[in-house]
Amino acid sequence: MENAFGQPQNVVVFGGSSDIARAITRKLCAARTSNVVLAGRNQKALNVASDEAKDYGATTVSTVLFDAEEPENAAKTVDAAFAAAGEPIDLVVIAVGLLGNQTEDENDAVASLRMATVNYTWPVTALAQLRKLMVAQGHGRIVLISSVAAVRVRRSLYNYGAAKAGLDSFAIGFAQGLEGTGVKIQILRPGVVRTKMTTGLKEAPFTTGPNEVAGYVMRGIANDSAIIWSPPILRYVFFVLRQLPTVLWRAVMDRQ
Amino acid sequence: MSRELLYGWGLTAPGNCEVQTVFDEAQVVDRMNKAPHTIARGLGRSYGDPAQVSGGVVLNNRGLGDIGRISDEGVVTVGAGASIHELLQLSTPLGWFVPVTPGTRQVTIGGAIAADVHGKNHHVDGSFSDHVLSMRLVTPTGAHTISPTVKPELFWATVGAMGLTGVITEATIQMIPITTDSVFVDTNRYANLEAVMTAMFEGDVNYRYSVAWVDCMTKGKNMGRAILTRGDHVEADQIEKPTLIGPQPPKLNVPFMPPSGLLNRATVRLFNEAWFRVAPQHREQEKQSLSTFFHPLDGVSNWNRMYGKRGFLQYQFAVSDAHSDTVVNVIKRLSESGVASFLAVLKRFGEGNASPLSFPIAGWTLALDLPIGSPRLPKVLDELDDMVLAAGGRLYFAKDSRLSPEKAQLMYPRLDEFRKIKNRIDPEHKLTSDLARRLRLVGE
Repeated sequence: MENAFGQPQNVVVFGGSSDIARAITRKLCAARTSNVVLAGRNQKALNVASDEAKDYGATTVSTVLFDAEEPENAAKTVDAAFAAAGEPIDLVVIAVGLLGNQTEDENDAVASLRMATVNYTWPVTALAQLRKLMVAQGHGRIVLISSVAAVRVRRSLYNYGAAKAGLDSFAIGFAQGLEGTGVKIQILRPGVVRTKMTTGLKEAPFTTGPNEVAGYVMRGIANDSAIIWSPPILRYVFFVLRQLPTVLWRAVMDRQ
Repeated sequence: MSRELLYGWGLTAPGNCEVQTVFDEAQVVDRMNKAPHTIARGLGRSYGDPAQVSGGVVLNNRGLGDIGRISDEGVVTVGAGASIHELLQLSTPLGWFVPVTPGTRQVTIGGAIAADVHGKNHHVDGSFSDHVLSMRLVTPTGAHTISPTVKPELFWATVGAMGLTGVITEATIQMIPITTDSVFVDTNRYANLEAVMTAMFEGDVNYRYSVAWVDCMTKGKNMGRAILTRGDHVEADQIEKPTLIGPQPPKLNVPFMPPSGLLNRATVRLFNEAWFRVAPQHREQEKQSLSTFFHPLDGVSNWNRMYGKRGFLQYQFAVSDAHSDTVVNVIKRLSESGVASFLAVLKRFGEGNASPLSFPIAGWTLALDLPIGSPRLPKVLDELDDMVLAAGGRLYFAKDSRLSPEKAQLMYPRLDEFRKIKNRIDPEHKLTSDLARRLRLVGE
């Protein structure tokens, strides 16, 4: 069960071997988390993350393999993760995403489908199943990794940004539909994070490391923030950026 | 029957449960049989999560509210859902008072036994269950009438067990006689913790009721400055025009939730300062009403909302006299950490009872309210847990909302003894709660 500080005991992480997910798991296990289920597509990477969770204090760690390119199996993956935990789940982290390569993907129908599937269709399908299981539990929390790219789509990242924008908007409605159920969803909107996924991406202002993101997530959980910005200043930066006329917005964001 | 979001008094970690009000034993049996997981709930005054079971069925005991006739010897049989407030409204005019009352009258009799509540008289009279002559308990394997002499093992396993052995439907209690509705109170102010602890250690035996309010925010030589109030019931021949009037309903209310952070370090420090200054240096034989003396916060409904949406928690621990220094060290750690804390309540405990899970152990208990919000607080409290544990002390389940299962096991070494009885009367672990899950008190 979650305690008065929002510290969970039983946790499921989708995309469990991603750098941000691992940083979050480490911080959770250092507090009260003892039972962790890590779901991902690469068993080796999951094993590394799983050993790390144990080093930080988890007593039971299980792994579940899944592929986010197969949304038709998302509900099964959710069921398998909950079954692996064997107890009511206090926190679900969804760290599933694919950055892609805009200039290559935009002329490639298959790649564009993959971008939409991994960044939007799989998470949305999983969320529907999570809603059913967690509302029945009567409690629980979901942290969904969105992105500041969802706030306003840009030319140089529009496959990714548009899919995240769809997911982010979906989650806002999803959150409203959960009122009174004891279940909550919190949207994490990080800026650029130095991870495997962003290798090669230009380092933008306010770029952080995964540990800083995890720190803001812990604070966001404790405060029940509906939207967790990482770093928090991006909330104000993007408030301004969003109002800019397109010409200016493009001049700022898409300058090469 | 409805799905509701239930919180403890601290307004943290809610759980969505199906709430069913029960009106008689047959209904309790029926609903317990049908529910996969269930727990009883009274007035929800426990701070954390013992009176909720997320996704399960919560049996609201307020339908079990009958109060029987009080015998000439002061023995009364009361429905588990009647509150101490309701009992006192009837009993005070007849010259009977509850043997033990916590700091609020807004607790049910079932809840008082489940938490084995204590009052200002623990050092002389013990806890609430020490005055329970018998009770009726519905378990998943049958209903039992139990007492310290009839099925004593189950009686004591139920005391302090936060509802995990069954649903209490009624209890027979030994009341105490009073001839007025007043208390003579002696008040003393002490400049630091050592002074007040010495005064309590030496002088509490001379009073039936005793409690000290300690300021946990002052540092240095005034660390733990305190106001000690001690008293006894006033006898009719001690005053002119004695009266016997029952308690009144609250006059004030906190109708909405102010923003969190209203009670912060600055405002709490100001409050503590004012509270300390207003108290007299020394005053004797001041006549106070029973409500003013025993239930000062009952005058305001929903006062827990003052802490805002984020809520608050209460940290209460007990240690033996051999570890008095732990009380000092805890207050020192708190005042150094700079977390906001209202005046803490310090009390002496007499011997505990036969229950494996009842909280009181002879020595000291300290309780303090802390707003959720300071990012340092979780770590500071984990450190305090270690200090309490090192002193062989324990935390109170009725107040807890953040302890870890490993430390709960160490603080209550008789947990396994309790689990054996639990497994016998509830082999499927039907009776569970969010507290029980969080502290792994029973299996799923």
